Amino acid sequence: MIEIDFYTVFWREMVVFRRTFVKFFASRLVSPLLYLVAFGWGLGRGIQMNGGNYLEFVVPGIIALSAMNTSFNAVGVSLNMSRLYHKTLEEYLIAPISAGAFVLGKVLAGTVRGLVASLIILVLAFVFGAHLAINGWFFLVVILTCFLFAALGVVAAMTINSHEDMANFATFVILPMSFLCGTFFSPDRLPGAIAYIIEVLPLTHASHALRALARGDGLLPVSLAVLAGYAAVLFVAGVMVVKRVR
Amino acid sequence: MIELRQLTKHYGNIIAVAGLDLHIEKGEIFALLGPNGAGKTTTIRMLTMLTKPTGGTALINGYDVMRDLDRVKKEIGVVPQHMNLDQELTARENLELHGRLHRIPASRRQERIEELLDYVELRERAGDLVNKFSGGMKRRLMIARALMHNPKVLFLDEPTVGLDPQTRRKIWDLIRRMNSEGMTVLLTTHYIEEAEVLCHRVGIMDKGRLIALGTPRELKQKVGEVVVESFGGKDTGYKLFPSRDRALAYAGQLDGNVLIREANLEDVFVELTGRKVGD
Repeated sequence: MIEIDFYTVFWREMVVFRRTFVKFFASRLVSPLLYLVAFGWGLGRGIQMNGGNYLEFVVPGIIALSAMNTSFNAVGVSLNMSRLYHKTLEEYLIAPISAGAFVLGKVLAGTVRGLVASLIILVLAFVFGAHLAINGWFFLVVILTCFLFAALGVVAAMTINSHEDMANFATFVILPMSFLCGTFFSPDRLPGAIAYIIEVLPLTHASHALRALARGDGLLPVSLAVLAGYAAVLFVAGVMVVKRVR
Repeated sequence: MIELRQLTKHYGNIIAVAGLDLHIEKGEIFALLGPNGAGKTTTIRMLTMLTKPTGGTALINGYDVMRDLDRVKKEIGVVPQHMNLDQELTARENLELHGRLHRIPASRRQERIEELLDYVELRERAGDLVNKFSGGMKRRLMIARALMHNPKVLFLDEPTVGLDPQTRRKIWDLIRRMNSEGMTVLLTTHYIEEAEVLCHRVGIMDKGRLIALGTPRELKQKVGEVVVESFGGKDTGYKLFPSRDRALAYAGQLDGNVLIREANLEDVFVELTGRKVGD
């Protein structure tokens, strides 16, 4: 019955998403627009990156980081609030649905939000005059990125016991990744040990894979495998922490 | 039917519930009474599977709350103490979510939603977001939500806390009506009069233990049906007597103002727990 149950959880999220879409759309417009203006027009004008202009270099990075931020926050913040403050999580805990169905519904809803945020940036990038090669693999990488960070949102929301520490988690984990994981510049310019750590992080593989695809260089199978691995591990971890909550 | 055998919950060194034995019949309205921290909410949380017992067993209509989770979930409806409706959804969507979570087929679900909106008199506000509702409306919607899947046993944790008198009576009527339709009801309260007017039997809990059990009348007989209140000095003195004659004799010896009246559950409660409710 997991197929019906995960849809119930997903359905609730989509009802709310539809209702708040305008607000979501507007708020998701602001930060990429600022990034594009600052790094595409302002800082990036005239900079050449690997033979292309900087705008085309930076857009895949901005998509990766927006996918991460949007999916993580959509699931993490709301689930943490639901568990600690609104107590609406109890409604799911006393219902006859499995932890797997609950997590799958939440993560898919977070993925949808992250995907919409990424599409907004893609459209903006074309408006700004970027030339990107977009294909099915590109979207698969975006979806995997959204999925894995939505699952990380579940793990964080279920294990962190205050809103304050939730914000701290975002500051110490999500924020450094936003800047360092190949989003605005290539991490191979960083000193050895740091570059090595960054190479292990999922967002690095998301931005590398998206950049290669956008440039028309084709799929990076290792990056795809790393993202799929993270997605699987974090999903299982999410199910385990939800099971353990009682 | 609810059956507790030596139900126990420890939080580290703190013993919240210490070996509770209790049998609640089908069709009964039963109240758990007790001061704050007596273990009432913990007991309800264990029975509704939100907290794992440390020891003992609890059966609801024969299903074990530790093992037959999905069966128990079908049998019970839960109205928690805190407002936990989904504030981002309308009243109707809250009911719909609950119906979907319990896999009620679409047509049956719609019927049941309309039925319950009438039952708790929220039809006119069904399309409004819940965060615009008053406390009483939220409470009624929570009851409707708990009833969506036709449970046989209803748990209400402090169902009328913070409500005005009119709304409280409305909730009481609702509980009586559900009970007359065959529902077994277990509620917690610190409003003594609530237990007295509503419940068939009452259990008084203190420090995680059940210290008295019976009908309100039985409990009053146990501690004395007549109370003498004396207003000498700073504090009011209370003394309970089995008969009016004995009370009168005692009152005759006292100086100052004296009031003789019938005992109520509050007197029973204070006599047994040694403190006022809400300490």
